Amino acid sequence: MMTNHGNRITQGQFSFLPDLTDEQILAQIRYALRQGWAVSVEYTDDPHPRNTYWEMFGNPMFDLKDAAGILMELNECRKTFPRHYIRVMAFDSTRGWETPRMAFLVNRPADEPGFRLLREEREGRSMTYTTVPYATDKPEGERYT
Amino acid sequence: MIEVSDKLGTDGAASTGIADSGRDVPIDLQEELRASQIQEVLDKLDRELIGLQPVKTRIRETAALLLVDRLRKKLDLSAETPTLHMSFTGNPGTGKTTVALRMAEILHRLGYVRSGHLVAVTRDDLVGQYIGHTAPKTKEVIKKAMGGVLFIDEAYYLYKPENERDYGQESIEILLQVMENNRDDLVVILAGYKDRMDRFFSSNPGMRSRIAHHIDFPDYTPEELLAIAKLMLAQQHYGFSAKAEEAFIDYIRRRMRMVHFANARSVRNALDRARLRQANRLFVAVDQKLTKGDLMTIEAEDLLASRIFREPVPKIDSSCG
Repeated sequence: MMTNHGNRITQGQFSFLPDLTDEQILAQIRYALRQGWAVSVEYTDDPHPRNTYWEMFGNPMFDLKDAAGILMELNECRKTFPRHYIRVMAFDSTRGWETPRMAFLVNRPADEPGFRLLREEREGRSMTYTTVPYATDKPEGERYT
Repeated sequence: MIEVSDKLGTDGAASTGIADSGRDVPIDLQEELRASQIQEVLDKLDRELIGLQPVKTRIRETAALLLVDRLRKKLDLSAETPTLHMSFTGNPGTGKTTVALRMAEILHRLGYVRSGHLVAVTRDDLVGQYIGHTAPKTKEVIKKAMGGVLFIDEAYYLYKPENERDYGQESIEILLQVMENNRDDLVVILAGYKDRMDRFFSSNPGMRSRIAHHIDFPDYTPEELLAIAKLMLAQQHYGFSAKAEEAFIDYIRRRMRMVHFANARSVRNALDRARLRQANRLFVAVDQKLTKGDLMTIEAEDLLASRIFREPVPKIDSSCG
């Protein structure tokens, strides 16, 4: 039985929707900039949901006024890592928040193999479960090729 | 030439029916002008900038062109975004940065740039110190300027012909690419001394051909500089006494003949020093009763104490660092 329909990971905002177009991405970035958040581009090839800290592409883009510059950086990142997961992240530095306020996927590998379910038998017939991405069987940088 | 006339011909032929009926539709230029609110910026330019008549005329012309272009676009008459990159040439202190700020505002009101902010940079902000440092640095600046105006002061320093390994060339190439491909996103204004900018353009023909508007900033006359000084003082709630005004004109005449004269910037520095002396004068005469007028008035003696009046009027080439 196939349990992983479509093989698309769903992380961050909008991940149940079809992939955003550049126009839609621009609109989201514009919203983030209007709120005064610092937008950055991050990438990874480890899709595990608990992998919170992705690599940042280039520098964090503080005091940018316009979304076009971020899209330029994003396209640069897509060119460098065409088969990685790439997300756009907006960080709110307001005291009390100091945390990402937005994060959404803007690039994903063409083929996402999904996750393996690992069962571990423990003492007294108890079971523990964990998931492992198939992609991480290979070393970093060689996944999704 | 042929291509152009061809295009015009087919355009006219294809749309005769519409054009004939649409040709007489009245267009309210006045309304458009009001809606764009650029008159306000132009008036502000007139009010706050003394002299600079040729510059103001050019900006008025440019604004008119852009406004008409926008009208034409509304009627589907032209599709191409006009090239808006400019070069401002002139001596230091002639108001290039101030005009660039206003220009950004005008372009924003006309909808040619999205946010209308100005990012002012020099060579140091664009060119890196080692291989591979320049491209990210330049791109960083460009990203910041997106949606606004990138103002490159003393742009001729980007190109150093005496050093063929200079990283400035790399920066110029990235700029050229962005000036061509991201015309909707960003307007580049290059500024610097006239003769050096001319040399810069002649060695970078690519740059020259991408810049549509060359605006030259003339030097100020002593009378204009006095008017500028009065405006600066008024903004800080100061004023000249009648004698001080005469002394200031004299001061400017002497200062203009010296090296490192930087027009309005020199005036501002002179005023700062005059305020210092005025404060000192009031401080020394502490036993006298002061009035509000005393605090607001720069007297002739505040100006006459300047080094410039003590030295003989030097020749241009004498060193007086």
